[in-house]
Amino acid sequence: MIVSVNINGVDRSADVEPRLLLSDFIRHHVELTGTHVGCEHGVCGACTVLVDGRAVRSCLMFAVQADSCEVTTVEGLAGEGGEADLHPLQEAFREKHGLQCGFCTPGMLMTLVPFLEENPSPTEREVREAISGNLCRCTGYENIVRAVMHRVEQGLTGEARAHG
Amino acid sequence: MIPGEFEYHAPSTVDEAVALLDRLGDEAKILAGGHSLVPAMRFRLAQPAHLVDINGIDDLAYLREEGDHLAIGAMTRESALEHSDLVARRYPMLADAGHVIADPLVRNRGTVGGNLAHADPANDHPAVMLAYGATLVAQGPGGRREIAVDDFFTGLFESAMAANEILVEIRVPAPGAGNGEAYEKFERKVGDYAISAAAVRLTMSGNTCTAARVGLTNVSAVPMRSAGAEAAMAGKELTEEVIEAAGQAAAGECDPSADLRGSEAYKRDVTRVLVKRAIRKAMARAQGGAA
Repeated sequence: MIVSVNINGVDRSADVEPRLLLSDFIRHHVELTGTHVGCEHGVCGACTVLVDGRAVRSCLMFAVQADSCEVTTVEGLAGEGGEADLHPLQEAFREKHGLQCGFCTPGMLMTLVPFLEENPSPTEREVREAISGNLCRCTGYENIVRAVMHRVEQGLTGEARAHG
Repeated sequence: MIPGEFEYHAPSTVDEAVALLDRLGDEAKILAGGHSLVPAMRFRLAQPAHLVDINGIDDLAYLREEGDHLAIGAMTRESALEHSDLVARRYPMLADAGHVIADPLVRNRGTVGGNLAHADPANDHPAVMLAYGATLVAQGPGGRREIAVDDFFTGLFESAMAANEILVEIRVPAPGAGNGEAYEKFERKVGDYAISAAAVRLTMSGNTCTAARVGLTNVSAVPMRSAGAEAAMAGKELTEEVIEAAGQAAAGECDPSADLRGSEAYKRDVTRVLVKRAIRKAMARAQGGAA
């Protein structure tokens, strides 16, 4: 079947088997390997991407189900300047050591970006709930949460300035 | 870890989907949120020859009160329950469940209808809908029919629906005067199935319970009500002794299996405690408490 997906603003299409998972389409066909595949059965959250703005596990969707959808992967977060132009949440992860081996990081980021858009000033507990479907094999949760709270404080400060 | 081959169908209406199911028979599975089916296909526990993807049917996702009930479209995502003011205000047991089903990523994709149609006693909606006394609406080649939730679950992963029927709507009776309800779940970690969970809906007149329905999660092969717990409360003032008796009745009546989540005795005792907690929370809510 022909599947056409807009990934990070670029239209991609390919002739695929229906049983191809969206995660494998992204990694093998589109060759965007930032999306990680961990458990392959919907537990670890490493493969999380945005499909039409919602954070979903790409290992539990078939690529054909994303036909005509807009998909955002971790590669779509930074601006055109790449490393010099990181998303504020990526900056916060770098600043607060929110990653160790980095395997869970794409899923953490793709889960948290829409969460913070919807809830820009969450409590720490709400942040922990938000990432409750994402496993960090380094058990580095403390610094992940710290990074998010750092970003939240920055965001609030920025807003205060804007309104001040 | 790669699913077997299948033919993919993406109907845009319920009628088209029913026609496909009618033609394909047992060879086909309905793909809703896919968060039970796709893992099962990856492990080759399920190898359907055809998948009928109903995600493209737009008019199956809604939450609205109609007359004496809340109508839930079968393709309503679990996350919609969490974000609904109507559910939070009028159906707190459903809101309770909405916060504890699997994890937030699953809830973005998983559907209320799929959670029920899968007929897994470990899922949360079966017990909740049993406690609500909900009505399930299935559509087949002959049109729509209503199935009382008490008649819906017929076995492990088996429901009263035929292979050519689709669950299209769930109807939850609206709360009447003195209504109180709660869902209490205990799990090892977020995303795991419940060790046990209790769904309780009460009708209170002062401190007296005039009607009660109790559903239990993951402590039986088929989603179950606890008739014993209900009988222990009906017509009685809900004293601590009565609440304890209801908890004990549920603990005795359920039929849990020992597994990595605990022994049979442990699960029975967790059930006793959760039924009591859910009753107390339902009572507080009936009395207008925020609990």
